[in-house]
Amino acid sequence: MEATVSFRNVRLGFDEGDIVRGLSFEVFPKETLVLLGETGTGKTLSLKMAAGLLKPQEGDVKVLGRHISEMEEKELLDFRREIGFVFQEGALFDSMTVEENVAFRLREEKVAEEEIAPKVKEALRFVELEHAIDLVPSELSGGMKRRASIARALITRPPIVLYDSPTAGLDPVTSQTIIALILRLRDIYGVTALLATHRLQDGFALANFHFDIVKNRVLPNSHKPRGRESDGEESSTRFAVLRDGKVFFEGTPEELVAAKDPYLKRFLV
Amino acid sequence: MEDTPLQVSSDETPAPPTASISQVLIGSAKRAVLQVQEYSYLAAQSITNVFSGPHYFQDTLDQMDQIGVGSLPIVLLTGFFIGAVMVLQTASQFVRFGQTSLTGDAVSLALVRELGPTLTSLLVTGRCASGIASELGSMLVTEQVDAMRAMGTDPSRKLVTPRVVATILVLPLLTAISDFIGLVGGCVAAVFSLRLGVVQFWTRAIDALDFADIMQGMMKPLIFGFILATVGCYKGLTVRGGTQGVGRSTTQAVVVSSVMIIVADTFLTKLALYLADKVF
Repeated sequence: MEATVSFRNVRLGFDEGDIVRGLSFEVFPKETLVLLGETGTGKTLSLKMAAGLLKPQEGDVKVLGRHISEMEEKELLDFRREIGFVFQEGALFDSMTVEENVAFRLREEKVAEEEIAPKVKEALRFVELEHAIDLVPSELSGGMKRRASIARALITRPPIVLYDSPTAGLDPVTSQTIIALILRLRDIYGVTALLATHRLQDGFALANFHFDIVKNRVLPNSHKPRGRESDGEESSTRFAVLRDGKVFFEGTPEELVAAKDPYLKRFLV
Repeated sequence: MEDTPLQVSSDETPAPPTASISQVLIGSAKRAVLQVQEYSYLAAQSITNVFSGPHYFQDTLDQMDQIGVGSLPIVLLTGFFIGAVMVLQTASQFVRFGQTSLTGDAVSLALVRELGPTLTSLLVTGRCASGIASELGSMLVTEQVDAMRAMGTDPSRKLVTPRVVATILVLPLLTAISDFIGLVGGCVAAVFSLRLGVVQFWTRAIDALDFADIMQGMMKPLIFGFILATVGCYKGLTVRGGTQGVGRSTTQAVVVSSVMIIVADTFLTKLALYLADKVF
């Protein structure tokens, strides 16, 4: 099976020195890879490279079958229409309403206005934010901003969504709401996801729960087979722990829990 | 000792290597050249975007409203009083030779050729270059520019070109309004201070101007508008250091574009005078 996202020996640095040093990992269709790591280990940079927002200085980044590290900005602009990106603080356009933010990509693609309205309502209903359609970002809470950002990312039903610390700075209850949304997006639309976080509980929530479409609620999935090898059609969750700009550990939640390494154990405290 | 989440390493941080003066100078020169290169690229891109799609007409109109209509009050107010001051200052010299009737000629030429375009551009720079830099800078530090790119939209087309085109279009109009209001202010001062007739003042003011003067006065704001908008956009899109950096870039946008406008004015005046001699 061809990987949806593939990083091979990727290096990226700035004036202060290299941040990403030989990063390699793969994300397979319908899989969620949780990039776990401390601040400054290159999680956000990895997501931005996966979206083509940053170019690696060395190595190859392949997404949806295309070598995006070799593409020109003009080609990348077209390519990025096929991915969704949820930024850490939401990154909503603060001069626009929630409706304008969510509809932004559709209006850029010159979709007819009569088609835009139902799609925006559907996306906002999905994130339970229909009542905030006419509000501007400054009137939204932190959790509402993330939900609006998720609605904006899913409006074109992209096959892959990149989440940059989607629960950072949120209270536990709101964090659960955001994780439930990510689960719904994964289990209803079958999106492949790359999620950067420093919160292990987010990764375990994605690994141990699923959204039951029939019952319309999030349920534990301990009875379901895990791992992409078990069933190509099932979604699965793996972890990649980053340290010093490269993958220090890669494996299933069970393998992470069973790890004896002192550095990994720090995340499990 | 193994680090734990609540402990920091007791190892001493090694002192950073010290750079020699020559290394610092070379580093500064490289950064300056890089900035010129980046600015030139952005400025060229802002114009080449006009010749290919997608175009953002609504954004351009919005910017014309914000930059043009929004700047109108300060342009009217300052234009009126600059015209009045010009009359008072020139008349104080002309009165020594009994030639106060020449006041209209002097004020008209000074306003249309030089003061109108330059002062209007500097006023709009103070108001709009700072506004553009702070708006784009805030968008950059809150990742809105990255979000735009992530959704397949080119920020140079969506954010830069509408601002540059709008400024280039409205600045000559603001200059023309400023010139006229300046002459009105001059006329009021001439009538009440020098006891000149309204018709006499306007006749001399209009007769003093020829086509080359108007061309000079209208050509300059085109260039000044391009400068203030591109510098504002460049400074906004190259903000470093969060909200503090936004403040720094805003200040730099006003300072750099004001200096560039005054320097460009010198060369444009020389060019306009040459063209007036050879062409018009």
